[in-house]
Amino acid sequence: MDILIVLQAGVATGTILLFATLGGIFSERSGVMNLGMEGMMLIGAMSAFSVATSTGNPWLGLLVAMLAAGLISQVHAFISITLQADQVVSGLSLGFLATGLALVLGEGLSKAGTVPLIPSYTVPLLSQIPIIGPVFFTNQKLLVYLGYIMVPLAWYYINRTRPGLHLRAVGEYPSAADSLGINVYRLRYFYVFVGGLFAGLAGATISLAISPGWFSELTTAGQGWIAIGLVIFAQWDPVRAAVGSYIFGALRRLVLDIQGPNVIFGLANPFYYNPYWGFFLEMLPYAFTIIVLVVGSREAIRKRLGAPTALGVPYIRGERGL
Amino acid sequence: MAESGLPRANWLDRLPYRVMLEPRLKPPSRFFSLMLSFGSVVVALLIGAIVLAIAGGDPWATYAHIVKASFGSVGVLSDTMVKAIPLMIVGLACTLAFRMKLWNIGAEGQFYAGAFGASAVVLAPMLPADAPGWLFIICMVAAGMLMGAAWGFVPGILKARFNVNEVISTLMMNYIAISWNNYWIYAVWTEGGFQMSKVFPKNAWLPRLADYAVEIPFFRGLTTHFGLVLAVIAAVVVWLILYRSQWGYEIRLVGDNPRAAEYAGISIARNTVLVMMLSGALAGLAGMSEITGVVHRLQGSISPGYGFTGIIVAWLAKLNPYAVIPVSILFGALILAGREIQPSGIPKMMNGVILVCLIASDFLLRYRVRLVRRGEEA
Amino acid sequence: MAQPVPSSETNTVVSMQGIVKRFPGVLANDHVNFYLQKGEIHALLGENGAGKSTLMNILAGLYKPDAGTIIVNGQPVNFSSPRDAIKAGIGMIHQHFMLVPSQTVTENILLGLDKPAFRLNLSHYDQEITALSERFGMKVDPRAKVWQLSVGEQQRVEILKMLYRGANILVMDEPTAVLAPSEVDDLFVTLRSMVAQGKSIIFISHKLHEVMQISDRVTVLQRGRSTAAGVAVSTVTKADLARLMVGREVIFTVNKTARQPGEVVLKVEDLWAENDKGLPALRGLNLTVRQGEIVGLAGVAGNGQRELADVITGLRKCSKGQVVVSGENIANSPVKKGIRKGVSHIPEDRTHVGSAPSLSVTDNVIMKKYNQAPISSGWMVNAIAARKYAADLKERYEIIVPTLETPVRLLSGGNLQRVILAREISSNPALMIAMQPTRGLDVGAIEGVHRLLMAQRDAGAAILLISEELEELIDLSDRVAVIYEGQILGEVSDGDVAAIGMMMTGSAPGAKEDQHG
Repeated sequence: MDILIVLQAGVATGTILLFATLGGIFSERSGVMNLGMEGMMLIGAMSAFSVATSTGNPWLGLLVAMLAAGLISQVHAFISITLQADQVVSGLSLGFLATGLALVLGEGLSKAGTVPLIPSYTVPLLSQIPIIGPVFFTNQKLLVYLGYIMVPLAWYYINRTRPGLHLRAVGEYPSAADSLGINVYRLRYFYVFVGGLFAGLAGATISLAISPGWFSELTTAGQGWIAIGLVIFAQWDPVRAAVGSYIFGALRRLVLDIQGPNVIFGLANPFYYNPYWGFFLEMLPYAFTIIVLVVGSREAIRKRLGAPTALGVPYIRGERGL
Repeated sequence: MAESGLPRANWLDRLPYRVMLEPRLKPPSRFFSLMLSFGSVVVALLIGAIVLAIAGGDPWATYAHIVKASFGSVGVLSDTMVKAIPLMIVGLACTLAFRMKLWNIGAEGQFYAGAFGASAVVLAPMLPADAPGWLFIICMVAAGMLMGAAWGFVPGILKARFNVNEVISTLMMNYIAISWNNYWIYAVWTEGGFQMSKVFPKNAWLPRLADYAVEIPFFRGLTTHFGLVLAVIAAVVVWLILYRSQWGYEIRLVGDNPRAAEYAGISIARNTVLVMMLSGALAGLAGMSEITGVVHRLQGSISPGYGFTGIIVAWLAKLNPYAVIPVSILFGALILAGREIQPSGIPKMMNGVILVCLIASDFLLRYRVRLVRRGEEA
Repeated sequence: MAQPVPSSETNTVVSMQGIVKRFPGVLANDHVNFYLQKGEIHALLGENGAGKSTLMNILAGLYKPDAGTIIVNGQPVNFSSPRDAIKAGIGMIHQHFMLVPSQTVTENILLGLDKPAFRLNLSHYDQEITALSERFGMKVDPRAKVWQLSVGEQQRVEILKMLYRGANILVMDEPTAVLAPSEVDDLFVTLRSMVAQGKSIIFISHKLHEVMQISDRVTVLQRGRSTAAGVAVSTVTKADLARLMVGREVIFTVNKTARQPGEVVLKVEDLWAENDKGLPALRGLNLTVRQGEIVGLAGVAGNGQRELADVITGLRKCSKGQVVVSGENIANSPVKKGIRKGVSHIPEDRTHVGSAPSLSVTDNVIMKKYNQAPISSGWMVNAIAARKYAADLKERYEIIVPTLETPVRLLSGGNLQRVILAREISSNPALMIAMQPTRGLDVGAIEGVHRLLMAQRDAGAAILLISEELEELIDLSDRVAVIYEGQILGEVSDGDVAAIGMMMTGSAPGAKEDQHG
């Protein structure tokens, strides 16, 4: 088992989580928590796969996936923003709806034939850098590179631009934004939609690039939920989201790859000789998510910051304060 | 003073009528709220029909089939009940936790944990195979509930101590529970290399109606089992806890306004842990009843998503423990008949559509919608 | 209704005519007329709930009127959002500041503007804002985060926000409510400087003396109708205004019987605690309250009042010190222990702390009694006893509800406060912590609350009354202690307003010793 190859694959896997986490950050920064992430990713993965196999164009699949997930996210937006329902319940119901819809529309897709994939690319020069080169810049899918670009862009957008300023205000103190003529409802709808776009992108990244195919609910295998946990760990910051996502990606790869070789670090590999221990390895990413949540939540308490103040609170005009 | 908080598009201003929303000053009647739930299910079925038609199915035939395949005869009705039993108990587990606004999405995992606990009584074994049936039942109920409670305890304590979002932690515990069960059925309790344990001895089975067919011939072939009695007892207990006990008062108070609860001297942390444990224990009981009443062995995929459907059951029942029972029967029918419906994702999608419609309809419980001609507003 | 419409030559910048606004169950504005002239400070006077804020929210574009016309600078307008109002030069400074705490002063001021196009070039705008603040004599650091600022500074940011948008008409909703007396003076200087530079100001208030002091003309609202429109302040007396405001002669004082205070019930010694941000809020505070006396706690908001109430009632941990109630230290004990020792608490925030909005009136009044006989029986709550208890309180405290099963979120502010008072008083408390018990209530309700508090005092309860209304404190209290930066700076027992005002701004009476150096 070559550690560099594990890390390289980890970065690729982590890109899925990165997109989903970024989507969560945008939506939560505007004050709307969307627990339907898993379902939206499934919609994305399904429609990407379906469109790509039927048209032969993976990029078209990617685009449709993003739009489809963005569209379905508006169900949650309508229920939680306009109808002022509890965001937890509304997000969960979106999750059920989107998952069910993906399964219905994706029926029989797994036998749909070969899917055209998003191409891979090795960056000249950069790939020559020791360690970093082979891990980040060698033979990675183009979407992985898109991830590298997205992180600083997202950070810049949130912290250093006018729309970003409005986004933060709407999530922190919607009545202040409203009093200055910012349309709180419209912005929240928009960023829930952006969250959906990213979820669709994450789903398409699975089915068109990282682990191609459509395996119904197993396609995402809980990664949408892990992403929601990562949003908290990231403290709503895109840079920390990247760190968390890549670590998680590496962990997921490690869990898969560690059972392969019979000798590891010069010792007999216990996971090779006890294949059933694999079930405990399977638990690791999920257990680790819980640990990451503990770390994130403790940090939020210690630093007395963290979640956008209005996160989870429906905005009702005419009621003062938060 | 709350004005209607809805964003208004400009083109709407040009219509001759406009929709006025008024916050209700009086709580709506029970009848209205019942009709509203009923109405949203009807709307959901209509939406489902549209999707079915688009996906190439015949919606009316499908719905007719569901009714026939789940209520058409005493036999299938009994099978419907079998599917409804775990839903009832899981629905109660969710009802309890949701009353405190504790979003236990981990009933699925707690269900598996309960199934594991109950199986351990037979497979470990903790009791000799020839122990009397009543002793088996008592021990399996205890073990199942204990394991479920343990599975609920982890997210509960994390929430209480570190303010860890319980939605995610309970969900993660689901995946862990399934891997945990898999380990035991693959590695330890496997029977002849198959991914399942040996069949439990007969005295570790929950009694079924069919067992009394000798005395009452009508019961011949009916699979409804003792779990139904457990579910009804659980409903009564949950109702007593929530609406008659001091603890239930605390739960409802924390659920409605945690800061007020704190102000009244109620420990939120303690209640979080306790409610998560009891909710987990109930879900564990559901797992136990399924494993000893239906499957009779430990194996994989013992639940077609009971833990998740229970969430919808609890919501449709408006968190009323008694209403959970009839609602579960409806969803039991959907699960039973759904196995034959193509595409196979339909029941799952229908669950989602129903939940979405229900939550959307809650808006009408808080606001009155009126159509007013412009200029005649008063 | 037949008021003459001033012609345009009189320099009218805003004229609102026949404004009607209905909310479910309330007629908030009933054909109200209001005219603002250029370069004046125009007071809008009325008690809580008279419809002042509603009228101004209509002018600021937050609400749409059901009827009536608004003319701004000669143009009829129909605002559909605050943005429209701001474009017309109208800026509203709300009572609760509309500032995002985690953002800087500059970011808050830029919020909602069309510039910059995309990139936030903060240092450029920081300079612009410094220049603007100097022009009107308001000092504030544009780079500071809002949560780091004092209340007075936050108010300045609010004003700057509107000036930066080119507002010529400023609506100030109860701007002095949150300020210390010296800060009020600063504010008045700023207002005069703005008027001198051609701005017009609407000053919403229910404090007569301020209206007399600062404004040129006054419009009075009473229960949604205007009882005086644009009267020159120089032509009326305080008593006239009071009558126009309330509709009857106002009794300014509460009947207070002389009473010898008894034993010490509450003794707070060297109390230290932190606020929600982790900054020190109480720094070695000492205070005693005896049986049968009301001790008023005066102070500018945010000097540790909330934290003190929280620590005494057990809702907040203290880092050091003692809270002795009837001889036992209950600092850092669970809330239950305080309740058992007879501490009752009227919280500042009625809806978010004091009540469970979706639960019934019955469930709300038994909040502190559900585990005591006769309401508890064994592990159960005795529903019959609970209902009987609630019915009894409803009768005695004149709570107006359709049924006892009504969720309290459907109650009016005054009725909700009565539910809370009923619950807290009916347990015959040894010690009562009352925080802002009359905030947001109308005059009738305020009188009721005052009577209930006095009755408790006369019955022998020790009462700590925390309020930002100086008049209320002086009327009700046997002694007034002043809190400043988490310490008691001094006590006044003769109602010396000037002395209290001095201490509220941190000047200790006589030689001030620095206890936290």
